[in-house]
Amino acid sequence: MYFTEDFKLKTGLAEMLKGGVIMDVTNVEQAKIAEKAGACAVMALERVPSDIRKEGGVARMASIRIIREIEETVSIPVMAKARIGHFMEARVLEALGVDYIDESEVLTPADEEHHINKRDFKVPFVCGARNLGEALRRIAEGAAMIRTKGEAGSGNIVEAVRHIRTIVKEMKHLTILGKEELVHESKNLGAPLELVEWVAANGKLPVPNFSAGGIATPADAALVMQLGAQAVFVGSGIFKSEDPETRARAIVKAATYYNDPVKLLEASEELGEAMRGIDVAKLPQEELLQTRGW
Amino acid sequence: MNRQKTVGVLALQGDFEKHRKALERAGARALEVRTKDQLAQCDGLIIPGGESTTMLKLLDLEGLTGAVREFGAAKPIYGTCAGAILLAHQVTNPPQASLDLMDISVERNAYGRQIDSRIAKVPVKDGGEFEAVFIRAPIIRKVGEGVNVLASYAGDPVWVEEGRHMVTTFHPELTDDDRVHRKFIAKL
Repeated sequence: MYFTEDFKLKTGLAEMLKGGVIMDVTNVEQAKIAEKAGACAVMALERVPSDIRKEGGVARMASIRIIREIEETVSIPVMAKARIGHFMEARVLEALGVDYIDESEVLTPADEEHHINKRDFKVPFVCGARNLGEALRRIAEGAAMIRTKGEAGSGNIVEAVRHIRTIVKEMKHLTILGKEELVHESKNLGAPLELVEWVAANGKLPVPNFSAGGIATPADAALVMQLGAQAVFVGSGIFKSEDPETRARAIVKAATYYNDPVKLLEASEELGEAMRGIDVAKLPQEELLQTRGW
Repeated sequence: MNRQKTVGVLALQGDFEKHRKALERAGARALEVRTKDQLAQCDGLIIPGGESTTMLKLLDLEGLTGAVREFGAAKPIYGTCAGAILLAHQVTNPPQASLDLMDISVERNAYGRQIDSRIAKVPVKDGGEFEAVFIRAPIIRKVGEGVNVLASYAGDPVWVEEGRHMVTTFHPELTDDDRVHRKFIAKL
């Protein structure tokens, strides 16, 4: 039921993005810098997460004009964010021809119970997850790529680490269980048995698993990839740093050479100041973005 | 009995993992290649799908552009999708640099955006057909005289070889069919 021809095309593009860096951009100039630095895709949005955090208000899908300009300017895939549950923003983005839609907790949710039925769309979706149950529910709805949420706009890697470790640990656990135990786990995870059984048999998600939320340095990118992420999304980390171009190039290099400390050292040299981070533990509960999504 | 051949998969960015698995299914030893030393251990090389602009940047950054070109002067290279773009003599939409190892002209993203990606049944010259997965695929617009077209889709060549090198604009590594990989291994 899940692994259709359509699913192969959608996850296929995610396969092509592996080992790469998907960069948040808010205008054409940033998109050009990202492409030139070696980004494998760009994510068009109105404000980067750290500004959404600072300025507040309702965060919506980006302006059509800007997304279209970015599509016309760069040759790499263009993604854009839609609000959780806002299937009409998603329809508009699909009509606009974006290559991937991120149903994202970074924007203000439009529905507090339901996510988009993503299987109804021809365009592929990526969704955030903090644990295996959340990831599998999103895949059940049709997501063709999962990214761990981290805490967007924090410049702090601690939540991204927590989420990738949680998902990997929960997947390992499934691989040692018997059939009857998987039924029970399916109930605990709040995820369909068919997907729980698939993970138990394969020890990984049935879609590519990327990481997001708090990546600010080349070493951050390498860390989440060591922990099992197959590519990284960088939001505020690049265009809120002192020298975005150099930092973008350095994180691209780190995503390829995450297993090579000498190359990582080269990537980490001569960077300007990183974005200023936030101690996530001191953030009030209602300011967390990661708790959005159900 | 010859020793098992080692096929490198350029692992700078893209779906190198799927190629590695396809090679292993087809009976070769697969090695992820990110450095010149790793490249030197290979009998052949696969340049996978992914973003050709990203790969070009990383090839340049690590001084691998010349090394891969030299490798191609003596040993077989197989490129899928982005790999086909890198091997081409000429690239359009937009024009960009390439390794220039095959006499073909390639137009990037020629079918359109991701919503235009498709799966098609493609007949093969030697008989039978392939499940060809095209993802934001390029189209081979021109082939030189020495180029042998092995399969076409909608009038355009999608699998071609020239001497020791070979490209597909589709992704056999995303299916369980390893005939294309076997054909490449036979060239080593």
